[in-house]
Amino acid sequence: MEKRFVYADNAATTRISKAALDAAMPYLTEQFGNASAVYSLGRKSREAILKARQQAAKALGAEVYEIYFTSGGTEADNWAINACAQLGEAKNKKHIITSSIEHYAVLESCKALERQGFEFTYLPVSDDGFVSVSDLEAAIREDTCLVSIMAANNEIGTIQPIADIGKLCRKKSVLFHTDAVQAMGNIAIDVNEMNIDLLSVSGHKIHAPKGVGCLYCSKSIDLPSFIKGGHQERGKRAGTENTAFIAAFGEAMEQASKGISERAAFVKGLRDRLIKGLDGIEKMDINGSLDNRLPGNVNLSFYGIEGEGLIIVLDMQGICVSSGAACASGSLEPSHVLLALGKSETQAQGSVRITLNEENTEEDVDCISQKLKEAVEHLRSVSPLWDNG
Amino acid sequence: MSGGVDSSVSVKLLLDKGYDVSGATMHLYTNDDIGAAKTKTCCSLNDTEDARYVAMKLGIEFYVFNFAADFKKYVIDHFVNSYLRGFTPNPCIECNKHLKFDRFLQRSRELGFEDIATGHYVTKEFDEKSGRWLLKRSPDRKKDQSYVLYALTQDQLAHTHFPVGEMTKDSIRSIAEENELINANKPDSQDICFIPDGDYAKFIINSSKEPEHGEIVLTDGTKIGEHIGLINYTVGQRKGIGVSYFEPLYVVRKETDNNRLVLGTKDEIFSSTLIADDVNFIPFDKLTEPLECTAQTRYHQKDSECIVTPLPGGKVRVDFKEPHKAISKGQAVVFYDGEYVLGGGTII
Repeated sequence: MEKRFVYADNAATTRISKAALDAAMPYLTEQFGNASAVYSLGRKSREAILKARQQAAKALGAEVYEIYFTSGGTEADNWAINACAQLGEAKNKKHIITSSIEHYAVLESCKALERQGFEFTYLPVSDDGFVSVSDLEAAIREDTCLVSIMAANNEIGTIQPIADIGKLCRKKSVLFHTDAVQAMGNIAIDVNEMNIDLLSVSGHKIHAPKGVGCLYCSKSIDLPSFIKGGHQERGKRAGTENTAFIAAFGEAMEQASKGISERAAFVKGLRDRLIKGLDGIEKMDINGSLDNRLPGNVNLSFYGIEGEGLIIVLDMQGICVSSGAACASGSLEPSHVLLALGKSETQAQGSVRITLNEENTEEDVDCISQKLKEAVEHLRSVSPLWDNG
Repeated sequence: MSGGVDSSVSVKLLLDKGYDVSGATMHLYTNDDIGAAKTKTCCSLNDTEDARYVAMKLGIEFYVFNFAADFKKYVIDHFVNSYLRGFTPNPCIECNKHLKFDRFLQRSRELGFEDIATGHYVTKEFDEKSGRWLLKRSPDRKKDQSYVLYALTQDQLAHTHFPVGEMTKDSIRSIAEENELINANKPDSQDICFIPDGDYAKFIINSSKEPEHGEIVLTDGTKIGEHIGLINYTVGQRKGIGVSYFEPLYVVRKETDNNRLVLGTKDEIFSSTLIADDVNFIPFDKLTEPLECTAQTRYHQKDSECIVTPLPGGKVRVDFKEPHKAISKGQAVVFYDGEYVLGGGTII
């Protein structure tokens, strides 16, 4: 059988779409003008940014003046958390609530603020991966200035009750930020209906290029600036705009907000087919709830096997998946998300994350389940942890 | 591939011989594990990056194996605990035993590779008569690394190549230069990888607690001063102890039970016998009768004549012909027959 290339790591990044690429191309070639310039070449660039801002705003149910383009989700998270901390500090409110399963962009921003004297509550999650709204309610204090809870988890795909959280935060007059990097395009988001004050999105998770994203910040908030310099992004995020990528991002946001339920149904079908295809593998855990989960996310642990070895074996077969705890130099620590679910360190180290999207096919998932079965069998046959007797 | 020039050139030599080679680096510790600030550049990450550049240059696949949890358990924690118990451990030996020739070899096999290769300065040969693999010193005694490899099993030896084992550093560097490898002129690694500043005492204090001060005594029990925590001293040490006496004094032993540092004269740091545990032999499985050979009790030390006698429980006693200076518990004693490594064990 010919080796089949299967990309199933769409939570890590996605392929750029034709629409996004087409939107970007003019601004990488002839339309190279600086968006701040007065002459028509510059105005063309400015128009592209205006259009993208409209597209992004519409996709989130926001107004154009509430969208700030950034270099991506991590920057948006850093900006949101530091901005709210700054606003809180001015009112002598130095308590922030977040969850134990946030992305490192949030957790590391929090750690830095902790060193500056902010107090943090890291909400636990249930063993199937959800933050509880009543836990949150109990944790909110007089001096709480921000609640930051992700919309959907990047490792196990569990979708958090952000509408309920938003409602509670509004009632308690606490700012609510959500990292929607994984959720965008998978669930419908309306920042007003959901009472979201700030929200982060990343372009490359929704078929735009890497290096672009946005922060939504409600117009009711006097958002502190993040990068000082020129007047770009209303003076809050200075630096010549990346017109081409912003144009691509706008297009990607528009596409992501359309046809969500059809796309989700198709991808969930693939996911269920994949899980069914893994029938018969002994001692396999599916981490996190299968309900209220991103449709394409499957997170598995195999007793007796380390995720790292499994991923390399699959790579040799042409299949791209990742471990939950990915990092530039390979996986570093056991996944903090799986540990938060109460899994053991061994389980947390042995996890594999498969993330499908609408570009995958039934042939893809059949190939994954077959190769995964073979790889698990092979690795267990040589594993000192697995009883081969 | 450590990111150093030796393992990098090893790849090149194997490729030239026609082997199908992939590269891998062990990720062994995080900045948290070694108490370094996260903002500081992690030297281990830079080394990994160097290895990646070499792999790219030589056109091979490259992987990172994350063994940080096991490294902490088998090497860092063992190092700290041994030191606290008054021993002077050699973490490179533990790393070779538990990581490089165990986890790394195992992982490579999982991925379908038959053999591994390292950049060590040693050689191996197969002895038809006994059917066993033998380990030999590097011809360059200054570079010889056989001391840290005495624990290799037959299976590990059979499946490990040492492509640069007989070469000199200069010729290795010139191969690296010819091939434009990024690390051709990278300085040799020094000291213990997870204690880049070489301050063991500080590392141990940071990983445990502030050590208690205690008495400094002579071998007859006479108190002559106070020490600032036993971990700050090594057996055989003379300078920096902080006591004055009419003749030079050396650390004879560290008594962890009563937290005493025992000093003695030059004669008193010599002893002619030691006991070793966790013994491994290479040309044969088990020692059944006394064996005349030479031994080293430290890395890069001249070997001395001795007799190794088997004891019950797998231990051995080593009797040196001439008294031996500063034998430290926790270090390895490694046995040689000329250029051949016979085996070794941990001094207890």
